[in-house]
Amino acid sequence: MSDAPISTQRQLPRWFALIPVGALAVIIGFFAVGLTRDPHTLPTMMVDRPMPEFQLQQLTDDIPNLTSDQLRGHVTLVNVFGSWCVSCVAEHPMLMELSRQNLVTIHGVDWRDTPREGAAWLNRYGNPYASVGLDADSRLAIDLGVTGAPETFLVDKAGRVRYKQIGPITEEIWEETLAPLARSLEEEPQ
Amino acid sequence: MRPVFMLFALLLAAQTLTASAQERAVPEYSAELEAEAREVGKSLRCVVCQNQSIEDSAAPLAADMRQLVRERLAAGDTPEQVRAFMTTRYGNFVLMKPPFQLDTLLLWLGPGLFLLLAGAGWFVYLRPRAQTPGLPEDLTADERLRLSRHLPDEAGS
Repeated sequence: MSDAPISTQRQLPRWFALIPVGALAVIIGFFAVGLTRDPHTLPTMMVDRPMPEFQLQQLTDDIPNLTSDQLRGHVTLVNVFGSWCVSCVAEHPMLMELSRQNLVTIHGVDWRDTPREGAAWLNRYGNPYASVGLDADSRLAIDLGVTGAPETFLVDKAGRVRYKQIGPITEEIWEETLAPLARSLEEEPQ
Repeated sequence: MRPVFMLFALLLAAQTLTASAQERAVPEYSAELEAEAREVGKSLRCVVCQNQSIEDSAAPLAADMRQLVRERLAAGDTPEQVRAFMTTRYGNFVLMKPPFQLDTLLLWLGPGLFLLLAGAGWFVYLRPRAQTPGLPEDLTADERLRLSRHLPDEAGS
């Protein structure tokens, strides 16, 4: 009588035991990266594209309307806001400060708003914008791939979008991201 | 009970007011274009409430996107062109059905690949034939003789 088992089922190589472990490691890896991402932040399509041509409605007589021409010749910020937007109120003091210190020209796109409410909002919180246009039916917002407010586009001298900030500009974001980028864009030949 | 009822009535009234304020005067389109626009709208994701199509979503931005879809179709765009218009602005994300291309290859082929792998594994290791123990060979005459010595008479021959 021999000691060999009757079953002819093949003995799997030992390293096969590592397959489930490896698969688990891959899955954990996917989750580790995937779960730290904010699914509400969409990848930006606009970067390095020229600002689209647009026609906006003037918000009030006191503030010049935003036109495409104003986005040529120097580095500007285009800030999408709305009187209905809660985060915009939080962001506003920062924009006021940037405008007071004359660090950058900011233009405003009052998105999905009414002239009355938009103007009242600027009266209440102050106007940091060199010009403001009203985008009541989201035409420009859709052209810019905007998904929420506030969003801010850094536009170079040639009128091309070079960076998009989703969510409020904080002091940290300004100091670490926007300001250095704006400075380097300012030095680019037109 | 009465004040509560009043409150409800007020709330209802307020809601219908804001709802009608949000809907702008929208030009009428032909039934045919409307049907086509619905089809296109169902294939476009609302970028605010991401698991709904713009056709199903109540978000204001989705309403503006629906309107834009109708205008573009009315201007002579094909549904494909309308989708391309949205994709250049919002990326592939805006499509409810991701396109078949290089970076989505794994997404589309992954399930099939898994099935194939699992099938191969089954075939090699778990296939019924591989699992049933093979019948031992017949005993030789010598073995039978030796065995019969240990067994009662009726078992041997």
